Amino acid sequence: MGERTVELEVLRYNPETDSEPHFQRYSVTCRDEWVVLDALNQIKETIDPTLSYRWSCHMAVCGSCGMMINKEPKLACKAFVRNYEGVIRVEPLAHFPVERDLVTVIDDFMDKLKRVRPYIIPKQVKAVADGEYRQTPAELKKFKQYSMCINCMLCYAACPEYGLIPKYIGPAAIALAHRYNQDSRDGGREQRQQEIAATEGVWDCSFVGACSEVCPEHVDPAGAIQQVKIKSTVDWYTQHLMPWLKK
Amino acid sequence: MAEEVTRKPYERVMTMRWILRHPRYLRYMVREFSCLFIGGWTLLMVWGLTQLAEGPAAWAAFLECLKSPASIAFHVLALGFAAYHSVTWFNLTPKALPLQLGEHFVPDGVIAGAHFGAWAALSLAILSLAGAF
Repeated sequence: MGERTVELEVLRYNPETDSEPHFQRYSVTCRDEWVVLDALNQIKETIDPTLSYRWSCHMAVCGSCGMMINKEPKLACKAFVRNYEGVIRVEPLAHFPVERDLVTVIDDFMDKLKRVRPYIIPKQVKAVADGEYRQTPAELKKFKQYSMCINCMLCYAACPEYGLIPKYIGPAAIALAHRYNQDSRDGGREQRQQEIAATEGVWDCSFVGACSEVCPEHVDPAGAIQQVKIKSTVDWYTQHLMPWLKK
Repeated sequence: MAEEVTRKPYERVMTMRWILRHPRYLRYMVREFSCLFIGGWTLLMVWGLTQLAEGPAAWAAFLECLKSPASIAFHVLALGFAAYHSVTWFNLTPKALPLQLGEHFVPDGVIAGAHFGAWAALSLAILSLAGAF
């Protein structure tokens, strides 16, 4: 099993002593099968215990270790060191404030996620004794890809609209709202529309498409946003031209 | 008692360099800028209509104007940008208009292909009406 020395340039920021972030270079002996997260763990364990970053599962499930690796949003646990040549530049996820080193402030995303009500709001609440809410495989297929979202926020770091318009609700939150809107068991679309059909909802998206390209779980938030745009437009025309169709 | 933690998050400023961060952003900006040429060409057509309304002499002068090297260069550029815009846009249609049949989605190529087919058919119909064949 091969080893090689890899140079990593990591953005450091200590809020107690620094007025702005700066890069710090580390030389790490990496094994062939290592990912960038392994290299960061090696730095923390053997070179510099003060380095801060989030991680948990090391298998692209928890969504904690999102960071910019050579300017591209990646999960550090899925970015193999062997795929990079030269110095690997590691920075906190773009478009989020830096709390410390590679740790970002994610309050804005958490607030937006809560606002879109990403959970089933049943059409009709059933008592437990009445049995489960049943669904056919075709009904499941309709939304399944969106349910793969792990809230890693790579799509926010890829989206220039979110960087330019911080009020924009953003790709993952809209994709998750769409996931529940598409669910045959759900009846909460009208409540979610107040958030996602607003100006700061889907209409701030200009279809760059970067969100879907960087998603580590192959979710297609860009597609979800365009589908919400179409449905919201149909809503508007129905409401204004055919008001009798509205209940 | 835990020591009180003071927070001082660092806000990074977003500069125009994001366009060069990855080729996808540059491709997106080219798609967006293509509207300037398409818009310019539309204004040219409106001007042409006003010249047509003014009479045969003004219309002939307008047609003569279209033959100038600058006009030909502009038309070649506008056609290129319009084609780029249309192709990139039609390639995105499967995302906006997914079609589910039972448990399967219709392949992306079929949805984009249908748009390209309709584009070709309409273009041929317009060219035919204009007497190109």
